[in-house]
Amino acid sequence: MTDLYRKEEQVKKEQLQEIITDLTRPMNNTGKSFKIWIGFLLILICAGGIMYFRQLVNGLAVTDMRDIASWGLYISAFVFFVAVSLVGSLISAILTLSGIKWATPLTRIAEIVAVAGLFSALAIIVIDMGRPDRLLNIFVYGRLQSPIVWDIIVVNTYLVISLLLLYLPLIPDIALLRKNMGHKPKWQQKMYKILSLGWQGTQDQFKLLNLSITALMILIVPVALSIHTVTSWLFASTLRPGWDSTIFGPYFVAGAFMVGTAAVVIVMYFIRSQFKFKEYITDYHFNMMGKLLVLTSLLYLYFNINEYMVPAYKMKPLEGEHILGLFTGDFSLMFWLVQILGMILPIILMIFKPFRKAKPIMIISVFIVIGAFFKRFLIVVPTLLHTYLPVQNYPESYQHYNPTLAECTITAGSVAAVALVISLFIKLFPIIPIWETAHEKGISNETINN
Amino acid sequence: MGEKEKDKSRRKFLLDFGALGMGSLVASSLLTESCSKIGPGPGKKVTLLNSKNELVEVDSLYISTLNKNLSPNHNSEGRKGLPGKKFVLVVDLGKCKNARKCMDKCASVHQLRPDQHHLNVLLMQDSEHTAPYYMPKHCQHCDNPPCVKVCPVDATFKRSDGIVLIDNERCIGCRFCIAACPYTARSFNWYEPKDAEKYKDVPYNIELNVPQKKGTVTKCTFSADCLREGKLPYCVSACPNEVYYFGNVYEDAVTNGTTGETVSLSGLLAKNSAYRLMEDLGTAPSVYYLPPKDRALIPEKDNENNSDDIKRKS
Repeated sequence: MTDLYRKEEQVKKEQLQEIITDLTRPMNNTGKSFKIWIGFLLILICAGGIMYFRQLVNGLAVTDMRDIASWGLYISAFVFFVAVSLVGSLISAILTLSGIKWATPLTRIAEIVAVAGLFSALAIIVIDMGRPDRLLNIFVYGRLQSPIVWDIIVVNTYLVISLLLLYLPLIPDIALLRKNMGHKPKWQQKMYKILSLGWQGTQDQFKLLNLSITALMILIVPVALSIHTVTSWLFASTLRPGWDSTIFGPYFVAGAFMVGTAAVVIVMYFIRSQFKFKEYITDYHFNMMGKLLVLTSLLYLYFNINEYMVPAYKMKPLEGEHILGLFTGDFSLMFWLVQILGMILPIILMIFKPFRKAKPIMIISVFIVIGAFFKRFLIVVPTLLHTYLPVQNYPESYQHYNPTLAECTITAGSVAAVALVISLFIKLFPIIPIWETAHEKGISNETINN
Repeated sequence: MGEKEKDKSRRKFLLDFGALGMGSLVASSLLTESCSKIGPGPGKKVTLLNSKNELVEVDSLYISTLNKNLSPNHNSEGRKGLPGKKFVLVVDLGKCKNARKCMDKCASVHQLRPDQHHLNVLLMQDSEHTAPYYMPKHCQHCDNPPCVKVCPVDATFKRSDGIVLIDNERCIGCRFCIAACPYTARSFNWYEPKDAEKYKDVPYNIELNVPQKKGTVTKCTFSADCLREGKLPYCVSACPNEVYYFGNVYEDAVTNGTTGETVSLSGLLAKNSAYRLMEDLGTAPSVYYLPPKDRALIPEKDNENNSDDIKRKS
């Protein structure tokens, strides 16, 4: 009897070791392509940094924003990053709380996408400021009447909760790394030692950990909804045609779930193909993420119909001018490309199962993410160009907005920063939760601890 | 009483008297000669700003540093309105001939670049079959200002006399106010401001909104600095065509900037069926327009550079 038990124990141990070896593979094997990738990202970020330095010296004149189009690419990117970050709450909280098991290996991917998105959101909003040197004025003179102050409060709250939701489930894994990463440089081992907080894996500790994670998951749902709702209010709280809408909150939230899900699919695909994680990120996961993407896209389509069809039916003068600008005017090409390639076509394709296989759905997701970026641009810029009063006695260029090289480079740098944070995280921590995977394979805590 | 104590009390004495103005400043500086805690050596001239907002030159010998706690915001007075006032501007559209003297004067006193406007004369046409007319457009100094609501740092604010100002030393340059303003009344310093080098050492005046500062928003001030001195705004007195009336709602009186004639505000508004821009937005502007009837000059669309963007007012 004890022999049988011991044998079983031995099998489990080997199984665990296999899981650990598999899931720490991205941390141990750094291929050439990865180094090129990081180098590429660093070049983009440095180029953005140089351009930002130029902007600091010469002022926002280096952008094409002027008195009419006073917000542009930076604010579009800000809304985009906040949108992407919402997926953290969707996958790691909403799905998990609903008792959906398949999402477990994806929670950490979703959380790191969220955290990386938030970092860039915070960076780009400071980049957009005319006087970044006065950033602290927000804390010294902050006024609660301003939606910007609400946004600062909720975005930072969301960042803290997201960081905790990323970190807490990592603790048992870091404790495992402490034992299994002896060949790593000293600083890295020291980091694991500190971050594991002396985790022993006792019953009590697990109980406390699970309780904390559940509490955070419940807490993050309303905070997540509010970050994007409040971000939409930056626009909806004004009197400008195209922004003056009551459905902007849910419209933005639905769009955020769509782009965030697509972003996670892209990250999943590259992790799986790069590190041969076929066993852990399976076709089933892509299939389910595809279904989730159809659901969120349909929701977004519904809000799009509301947002564009109702004013288009009434054609109130200024609203009508704005809508026509999108449908047939200056922005029509971008508008229809975004709506068709970034939303309608993906929905139709993903309804069919073959398109929910790993590669097709990744390609579809790339279209959705790019489309979502330009969609934010279409929300921010055209409204500003459609003023109530005629634009006169300004240079002709004020009637248009074409982002300059400086703006494009800085924005590209901020997007690269999101990719860099995710890539470095994969190198330092297991991107797929080890202990949760082990638990699902029926390996007990005792085995993990020993 | 020790030597130190004596020194302190003497300083306090000087402080109290220092506030009495230049005369006492001279007197006290004579007394403080023995303290010798004064600026650069004798014979050097120092430029100072006095309480009348004039730059004056004083020999450094006559300056003593007052160790008094000055208010951290020297412009704090400018944040309060003038008591008993609620300013109003009336624009007679029938009189405007697009002379643009108001725009020129405004741009020069506020140190604006040619592509920046606190005040913009627009060529308007309400609909296809109505006649075009010129409309000078200022900040409307709304009583329910959408721009003030959204400012995250209280840089732009509404005074008790109705004026909406902006503090360029506090503005963080988020441009939310520009996005929120339905009248396109605000401008941003995208570039280094005009003559930045020349005005580098001039202290900031919140009521004049100069010197302009790069990376901040600038706007019409209703010439709050003139109003404090009891004068009419720059644009109002610069107009050669009797377009502008300016005055105080509480006194129900407005004065024409060209003729100097003072008339009853309510009478003027009633007689001419005055209106405000975009009344339906609920912003409650402080600027009234008298409809463009009996015009001295009917503009022709074709000879305007901007004729492609003539719009109805909503």
